[in-house]
Amino acid sequence: MIWLTWRQFRGSAVMMAAVLGVLAAVLAVTGPGLASGYASGIAACAQDGSCGRFYDRFFDTYQLPFMALTLVVLLLPALAGLFWGAPLITRELEAGTHLLVWNQSITRARWLTVKLGLVGLVTVAATGLCGLMVTWWSDPLDKSAADGLGLMAPLVFGARGIAPMGYAAFAFVLGVTVGMLVRRMLPAMALTLALFAVVQLAMPMLVRPHLMSPVTASFELGQANVDGIGMDRDEGGAVHVMLRSAVPGHAGAWVLSSELVDPSGRTAGAEGTVGVSTTSGPCAPSGGMDTCVAEINRLGYRQQATYHPLDRFWPFQWIETGIYVLLTAGLAWFSFWWTRRRLS
Amino acid sequence: MTSVLQAQELGKKYGKRWALRECTVDIPAGHVVGLVGPNGAGKTTLLKLAAGQLEPTAGAITVLGGRPAGGPAQLAKVGFVAQDTPVYSGLTVAEHLRLGTRLNPRWDAGLARERIARLGLPSGHRAGKLSGGQRAQLALTLGLAKRPELLILDEPVASLDPLARREFLQGLMEATVEHEFSVVLSSHLVADLERVCDFLIVLVDSRVQVAGEVDRLLSTHHRLTGPRRDPARLPAGQQVISARHTDRQSTFVIRTDAPIHDPAWTVTRLDLEDLVLAYMDRYVADDRRPVLEVRR
Repeated sequence: MIWLTWRQFRGSAVMMAAVLGVLAAVLAVTGPGLASGYASGIAACAQDGSCGRFYDRFFDTYQLPFMALTLVVLLLPALAGLFWGAPLITRELEAGTHLLVWNQSITRARWLTVKLGLVGLVTVAATGLCGLMVTWWSDPLDKSAADGLGLMAPLVFGARGIAPMGYAAFAFVLGVTVGMLVRRMLPAMALTLALFAVVQLAMPMLVRPHLMSPVTASFELGQANVDGIGMDRDEGGAVHVMLRSAVPGHAGAWVLSSELVDPSGRTAGAEGTVGVSTTSGPCAPSGGMDTCVAEINRLGYRQQATYHPLDRFWPFQWIETGIYVLLTAGLAWFSFWWTRRRLS
Repeated sequence: MTSVLQAQELGKKYGKRWALRECTVDIPAGHVVGLVGPNGAGKTTLLKLAAGQLEPTAGAITVLGGRPAGGPAQLAKVGFVAQDTPVYSGLTVAEHLRLGTRLNPRWDAGLARERIARLGLPSGHRAGKLSGGQRAQLALTLGLAKRPELLILDEPVASLDPLARREFLQGLMEATVEHEFSVVLSSHLVADLERVCDFLIVLVDSRVQVAGEVDRLLSTHHRLTGPRRDPARLPAGQQVISARHTDRQSTFVIRTDAPIHDPAWTVTRLDLEDLVLAYMDRYVADDRRPVLEVRR
């Protein structure tokens, strides 16, 4: 059975190996240069304290490959579910060859075990390898990424570490199960893609924020969390404070909410308005932004943020991968049950 | 004599429709069994139940003393060639034989190679490029080389031209003589079965109408032609299978173990096709009976 499964699968496996090989070669050649560029840049900026600007410049230079690689790792599980998972059983059902193979001297359970096991293992290995290679390559960029693109950012989190393996296993088994139920290849592929997309959107939006209880804390306003201020010169004046999705002292944190609260504790939104004179005093046009922010701080305004700090990256990776492994196991169990009881 | 297949009150339901119901048959070993009936009569369902591809909804089925597809040992004893003789179109003929070797402990590699060579199947060709007849022969070879005790074939010749049909059935016959196994094959054409079968099951409208050895069936069924008569007035031992009436004449197909003495009848022998048609006719006649009574 292993021979047959491999014979049916070897074409796409070889193709995948070739693509991964090329990717690995490109990353292996460019990775060390990227790392040394980062190291020398950090050494230089540490002396004159201009590391903020170095981060921005460094990240901007490599933003395109960074985004492209992230996208590749995000898409790979979906592709595995679509092109390896959905056709695995459906192709046999459409051609009627399941009747041929089910009547050799092996049980259906064994047949499905080998098919799911072998192809599933290759899927997880390929995606895992790709994910870990990209994680390694992107390490300097992840350290210097802008607010919304750090390791904990929803878009990037799913393309780093071990989570892609969980996604791939789930997408693959999802494709197999949907294919078994739908029995036709193209509808099965479409449905697999739709379901997987829903799960992948629901995870970061609805589930991941609650994997651990987020930290809520108040922070003084400063350069780290104020994006800018806007002056309103009509009607005696007011200052609009625009907050960043960042908290001071916790670089790379995943900020779920960031709001301005006034001295009485009422929230005023991410773009809060502060009633302070803009014609004279610290917030007058002659003063700089820093003095105005200091004045707003003195009046008692604070940033109230809910966030997950960066050091939760690995706990989150393990928990999320575990959730996907459970989903995968559930679907696999169902597909065995369905093959034994219902499929014909 | 041992049975290859025993079914008691066997039934299979798809949704609300019974594809097969109240099927009770006992097929003794050592026969080539023809399963005949119109399209949609439940032939494929019965064969799939026997091969373990389907689970029964009602009743029980035993094949060679075991539950169909109950485990590797049971699977090894029963060969099944599905309708349209599916093969892997991407695999070559040689790879199909390799598949057989890998997946069957009792695989007879010599038989498979010899058959492929004798049929002239190009072993390097992909199965997708073979003709319908060649594909059917390849599927049959896979079934035979497994060395089953029972080989089940579902409409194996349906898609073949007359010449390929004859070759296929001939190959099957030679194999049964050589290796002594039982065969159950289905067809909606009696002519296909007439040459090869010595046991017949007629399946109409998801029910078994008659089952038995062909010789015995032919010797106990007769066509009676004579003056018009009500079927109810026939002797008790004569079971009417089908009846046709004109204004003055009645034609009955009856089943009886006793000789027919009534001089009013002209008695003719039936051939297999007449017999099968009589049973199919009966089913149609059952539907029409109320109409006939109104006319009288």
